[in-house]
Amino acid sequence: MSEQQYLDFYRAERETIFARSDARLNALRDGAFAVLQQKGFPTMKEERYRYTDVARDFAPDYGISLSPAEDAAPCPAEYGTLADSADPVVALNTMLTMSCRVVRIGRGERPEHPIQIVNTLRGEHPEMVSRRLLIIVEEGAEADVIITDRAVSKQQFLTNQVIEVFVGDGAHLNLYEIEETHLLCTRYSSLFMQVGRNCSVHHSSLTLFNGRSRNRADVALCGEHSEVVMNGCVIADKMQHTDCNTLIDHRVPHCDSRQLYKYVLDDSAVGAFAGRILVREGAQKTTSQETNANLCATRTARMYTQPMLEIYADDVRCSHGSTVGQMNEDALFYMRQRGISEREARLLLKSAFITEVVENIPLHSLRDRLLVMVDRRLKGELSKCEGCKLCE
Amino acid sequence: MLEINNLHAGIAGKEILKGINLTVADGEIHAVMGTNGAGKSTLSNVIVGHPAYEVTEGSILFNGQDLLAMSTEERANAGIFMSFQAPTEIPGVSMTNFMRAAVNARRAAQGREALSAGDFLKLMREKRKIVELDAKLTSRSVNEGFSGGEKKRNEIFQMAMLEPSFCILDETDSGLDVDALRIVAEGFNSLRKEDTSAIVITHYQRLLDYLKPDVVHVLIDGRIVKTGGPELAGEIERRGFDWIKEEAGL
Repeated sequence: MSEQQYLDFYRAERETIFARSDARLNALRDGAFAVLQQKGFPTMKEERYRYTDVARDFAPDYGISLSPAEDAAPCPAEYGTLADSADPVVALNTMLTMSCRVVRIGRGERPEHPIQIVNTLRGEHPEMVSRRLLIIVEEGAEADVIITDRAVSKQQFLTNQVIEVFVGDGAHLNLYEIEETHLLCTRYSSLFMQVGRNCSVHHSSLTLFNGRSRNRADVALCGEHSEVVMNGCVIADKMQHTDCNTLIDHRVPHCDSRQLYKYVLDDSAVGAFAGRILVREGAQKTTSQETNANLCATRTARMYTQPMLEIYADDVRCSHGSTVGQMNEDALFYMRQRGISEREARLLLKSAFITEVVENIPLHSLRDRLLVMVDRRLKGELSKCEGCKLCE
Repeated sequence: MLEINNLHAGIAGKEILKGINLTVADGEIHAVMGTNGAGKSTLSNVIVGHPAYEVTEGSILFNGQDLLAMSTEERANAGIFMSFQAPTEIPGVSMTNFMRAAVNARRAAQGREALSAGDFLKLMREKRKIVELDAKLTSRSVNEGFSGGEKKRNEIFQMAMLEPSFCILDETDSGLDVDALRIVAEGFNSLRKEDTSAIVITHYQRLLDYLKPDVVHVLIDGRIVKTGGPELAGEIERRGFDWIKEEAGL
């Protein structure tokens, strides 16, 4: 649908939407409507949407469900305070989302097991899902949160999700996002994170199988002596499209951020990485490192890479870099001379390239599982549904 | 075992081999000596099937099979092994995974089952001893951070793992000190079975003192211009190549 059709839909269903959902969600809807109405969908001329055509991705005639989650809890006051309300894609989510999932780790709490959220797309008809999630890790708390996206029906799905994450002083959060859907799925994810002082945050985003994905992640370092690690792993082939767009905003001194995004692109896959590091005036002693390394296994695979460093403080240590490489022909020949088939040799090289990102994952049980999944993905053995209890 | 007839080959449109005839029988070791740029490496690359080289004329038979119709990996799995002059570093691919893939590809080609993880590691341990290769090296990425000598030893280690019937040693002596040369050469000798054949490409007599070739060929400007017994290597060491060129009218 066009933005006008989404707006018309909202206008027609406004009463139903308001009647079925939380007051805090409703309070922001009309404002979001105004943003979308005024701006329309972002075009590819806009800096943060340069590599993904939003209007095209939202164009199919998706059904929109107006049923809130059955077990929806009351929406907390933090809702909507971090997300970029001026972004029309975020606005569309705010306008239509029916419930907000909340993960709250109370002050000083350390849950023994990781918290896993499994998003499963299923349905008979094409559908758009406006998913909303709030993660609040209070002062001194520690948690591992794993979010997995799956699709069990061979159907066209569009997910437009917004995640807001609050990391309180002295808290530790490891947040893992794993997408393993199928070629008909489109995912727009906008993540906004606010980090307090003395925090340690790890974020890994793994696109193992998808259709088209655009993952935005904005992290604001708001308290001193915090560190953020952001990892990205993208494996794409066929006509898959994955665009990761990040912003690390160093607002205060003495913080450290590190990013490593790696893509393996085969066939006619397209990848994009735009990572902006902003070191604000006064954010002295910032250390920041951004690396984007990419392997294009064919001549038709395409990678757009744009590391950006913007510094307004004079006592900082920052670096950024990106590489796009092809298969190492000498290594392929060497392996083939030892009897390894060309296919297997290529697989070994791709796996060697990408596993560095997976090996960075602090939760070892997940890391080991992901190493197996990555291997299977590269071999073309899609592990969709495997290990997932929901559809047994 | 290997029969090369009137082989013409080159790279990027440039002819380098201009009619090579060479027959290596079972169990024989042939040395190929020659000046720089004579085509020695081209010859070995063409035999193993390097994709950059193009054969324009002639044939190579390996145990009666048309070698030129086979892919690089098919040739390897038929029993052809090359010890590289400059072994390639492959960051991120562990020696263990690399060797397991190679050993199991070979076994699959022979219609044998893949080795279990335990049996494979046992085999690695056994074979490592032959070339005195440090256990630390086999836990690293392929050839990454290996010294020149360690890389060459690693080549012979791989030969031990794969048990080829035909070996090409492409300047295996280059960059080796006397002790390393002895270890590599003795490793090769101990691995050799009665019917293992080899082509040894070298500039020097040194390696041949250990390997004791049956036949020595001199390759100049893409042609074999002289063939003799092991004594020919000693004569080249003393007198160089000029007299052979003169003899051949080059």
